[in-house]
Amino acid sequence: MVTAIASTANGRRSPYPGWFFLPAAIVYGVFFLMPTFASFYFSLTRWSLFEASFIGLENFIQFFREPFLVKGLVNTVLYAAVTSGMKVVIGLLLALMLTSQIMGRGLLRALVFFPVLVSTIGVGITFTVLMHPTKGAINEGLSLLGIAGPGWLTDPSLALFSVALVDVWKGVGLATVIYIAGIVAIPKDYYEAARIDGGTKFQNFLYITLPLSRPATATVITLSFIGGLRTFDLIWAMTKGGPGFASDTIASVIYKQYQSGFFGLSTAGNVVLFILIAVLVVPITAVLNRREGHQ
Amino acid sequence: MRSRASLLGGAIALLVSLVVFVVPFAFIVLMAFKDRRQANLLDFSWPNGVHLWDNLVTVVTTRNWMLVTAFINSTILTVVSVTLLVLLGAMVGFVLSRRKTRWNPLAEFLILSGLMIPPAVVPTIWLLQGLQLFGTLSGMILIEVAYNLPFTIILYRAFIATIPRDLDEAAIIDGGRPMDIFFKVILPLLWPVTVTNIVVQSVGIFNDFTNPLYYLPGNANATVQLTLYNFQSQFNTAYNLLFTNIALITIPPLIVFLFFNRQIVAGMTAGAVKG
Repeated sequence: MVTAIASTANGRRSPYPGWFFLPAAIVYGVFFLMPTFASFYFSLTRWSLFEASFIGLENFIQFFREPFLVKGLVNTVLYAAVTSGMKVVIGLLLALMLTSQIMGRGLLRALVFFPVLVSTIGVGITFTVLMHPTKGAINEGLSLLGIAGPGWLTDPSLALFSVALVDVWKGVGLATVIYIAGIVAIPKDYYEAARIDGGTKFQNFLYITLPLSRPATATVITLSFIGGLRTFDLIWAMTKGGPGFASDTIASVIYKQYQSGFFGLSTAGNVVLFILIAVLVVPITAVLNRREGHQ
Repeated sequence: MRSRASLLGGAIALLVSLVVFVVPFAFIVLMAFKDRRQANLLDFSWPNGVHLWDNLVTVVTTRNWMLVTAFINSTILTVVSVTLLVLLGAMVGFVLSRRKTRWNPLAEFLILSGLMIPPAVVPTIWLLQGLQLFGTLSGMILIEVAYNLPFTIILYRAFIATIPRDLDEAAIIDGGRPMDIFFKVILPLLWPVTVTNIVVQSVGIFNDFTNPLYYLPGNANATVQLTLYNFQSQFNTAYNLLFTNIALITIPPLIVFLFFNRQIVAGMTAGAVKG
């Protein structure tokens, strides 16, 4: 025992060796951090992968001047806000339903969660077909009810919103299980006390469930907001940013510029997305966590 | 009266969610059973005859058995990446939660950054080209490891914090070397969270589309998700084949889900709440 303590004290043979960090640090440093730092320089260049000529802020100026690039910026924020908002509301409602005493609760929980695990591209293709303006099952179903369905993905003012809906369909299961975990952790005493005081179900929800599941809300918002800002695969599978540039986001612009060989501009898009996430997500998490602390 | 109304409301909510979450999957399966002509009507109808086997054979053999190559590639990518993630992630999580050094705040900061920052795509391609790793499975594996390490570490760190230190101290007193303590005492104790990590990361990496699209171009390297994307244009007039392909690549996550539902949900919510 003495030798163990001694060898720990002089640090050469700590049981928790610092070099355990090393392999992870090397992989992460080389393949994630280095490109991230390099992106700040290359975003200021006209770049062919072999040659980079410094052009200052020209890429960024272009990013904020070209209407379709600005559109992508606005769409990205809109998409993140819409999807995370809907995931909070629908996720909470589903969680309430799935923590109450209903038939087939286990099966339904599984059904709601399963889309989270399915290929995004597969989901995107499936819904692209279901949303076909004339032949798609959604509009066929609506016409049975006497409603003329819109061109979900062909109407420029609707396309981004339709993709966001599919994003919610695929991702709401995660929000739901996070809310279920939060709701289940609320002590039963509160509901018991409320019952004695004659509280209604709605009051229970408003004064007990909603405030006490705030940590879950914070998690859902943070996760889906970051996910929404970075989203690429679903948009690419469904609209490729179209019609026109109507549903482009920064991530799809990055890919398009990369495909066209504008590597400097593409990297500038990366930096813009990076700044956007930092500027939006850091304050949001700070606010959410501060309120949590006051509970 | 009131309770009957709420029962009715519950039943309607149940029915709506059932329809919303079942219909798309039913649609995929129905389409996979149809022949080309009927599938191209795109409607939600019962298949007139079972053409699943023909569709399967066509999809699997198309483009020189590309789907088989893709399944092999995806399997290698997933298995190797997840093995490395588990090993490296557990090592970091272990030391991070046991030893307080001045490097810890930096490590925490880097972990959070890794969860938020979008990878810089073109500079990464440039780097991979410089290292002769662009378009290789090895390069893709290292990328997946780098991108998914933060989440793996968070899961491990949270779990290790719940293991009493007495256990490592007993091993130290017995004269175990750090490597032995970690591999023979700690790592076996981490099995529950290791399973969670394996399951969550496997599904994520198997389903990854964006990163292989950028870093692993070329038909010989195609992963499962990319076959779908490639077939999307090729099968533009053969929706039965496209949907057979979708059904095929949905099977691995389905199997994982059937066996590890609990671990997946635990991992995703725990990681989320603690992160």
